[in-house]
Amino acid sequence: MATAAQNTTPRKLRVATTSLAGCFGCHMSLLDIDERIIDLAKLVEFDRSPINDIKHCGPCDIGIIEGAVCNAENVHVLHEFRANCKILIACGACAVNGGLPAQRNHLDVAEILKHVYGDLDGKPSAPNDPELPLLLDKVRPLNEVVRIDYFIPGCPPSGDTIWKYVTDLISGNNPRLSFELLRYD
Amino acid sequence: MTIERYITIDGEIVHFGAGQTILQAALAAGVFIPHLCFHPDFGPHASCKLCTVTVDGRNGSACATPAMPGQEVHSDTPELNARRRVLLQMLFVEGNHFCPGCAKSGNCKLQALGYELEMFNAHYAHFYPNRGLDASHPDILLDRNRCIMCELCVRASRDVDGKSVFALAGRGRASHLVINSPSGKLGETEFALSDKAAHVCPVGAIMPKRVGYSVPIGERQFDHDSLRQKVKKHTEWRSSGEERDGATKELVNGSVAVNSVKEG
Repeated sequence: MATAAQNTTPRKLRVATTSLAGCFGCHMSLLDIDERIIDLAKLVEFDRSPINDIKHCGPCDIGIIEGAVCNAENVHVLHEFRANCKILIACGACAVNGGLPAQRNHLDVAEILKHVYGDLDGKPSAPNDPELPLLLDKVRPLNEVVRIDYFIPGCPPSGDTIWKYVTDLISGNNPRLSFELLRYD
Repeated sequence: MTIERYITIDGEIVHFGAGQTILQAALAAGVFIPHLCFHPDFGPHASCKLCTVTVDGRNGSACATPAMPGQEVHSDTPELNARRRVLLQMLFVEGNHFCPGCAKSGNCKLQALGYELEMFNAHYAHFYPNRGLDASHPDILLDRNRCIMCELCVRASRDVDGKSVFALAGRGRASHLVINSPSGKLGETEFALSDKAAHVCPVGAIMPKRVGYSVPIGERQFDHDSLRQKVKKHTEWRSSGEERDGATKELVNGSVAVNSVKEG
């Protein structure tokens, strides 16, 4: 009997999350689902995520990514998620259209670094450690770098919005947001 | 024998007056057809194409197609809404439309149509153009990054204010808003806050200064009512004869339009 019961219980979905060029506001919003996280935990288990500090992503069902793509490390992480996640969700304004980080897109990167860090004794003082990821010339939303399956706009999307979208998705429905839940700001 | 002046829009009977277009008749009857470049005070521009409807099997702009007895119009169909969404997405990638940092958010018709048509992302690759700001005017900020080139300001300044402050220059991708002054700056013109052209911009391109967040996010026009609900409510107010504040109701030629809703 125990075996039969086990067979009828669907396995938990594996979910990974990360923040690229983001502010973690979307992760805060994810935590705003409050006590519903207990219901969620019955359905999903977390793989790589800032919530559990797992550093790399294994095979997953859903990847939720906040933040835009602004440097080489972001590109690597995004590729890791795309390679491992069956479904990728771009979560929040930055992931969807570049958002706040993309406000530098009309400026030259070298000029920005010079302006922000200044020159010391005539020498450029922008950080140049090989461990630091290089900046991209333009900040891009996720879907301009890899294929993205779903998009949740909002800065950040509310906890209710994320809850509705993700529960629609894991119950096998096409996710839809009502007028109250769909926000770009 | 008299011919009854009515058309059907998505099966609903809509009466029209002499000389009305399909869009004017629809709005007067509280039937919502998405639109951006239309304003009841001005003639049809038919450039945004969001009001495209199917009239007796052919597609046409509802703002520029005269209503004729017996027309069978289809508007709220999945096919047309999908095409409208694509038009919106192209408008979004062509400019720099970042709602979280825009003082127009919640009062913006482009954004409200995005909600209405369930646009989740812009789909296409962003242009991220560098169109620049013009803050030279003491009372009005011009942010070309948000301009969708509907020419409402051009029409208002030319036809109502008689100043011809604005014009569109360039073609195709190079189209841009220009200012009629020697330096090309808004501050050098006679443009004033009381001008019609200062209050017709459907997006956040022409913004009065110092009032950006006097109405907080969450209490703005489209924060609680969708565009569709707004149009319906306006018609109800009109038909009930109830007096409303002129700032929230404006009726011209017997029709209400999205762009006639002013900021409070």
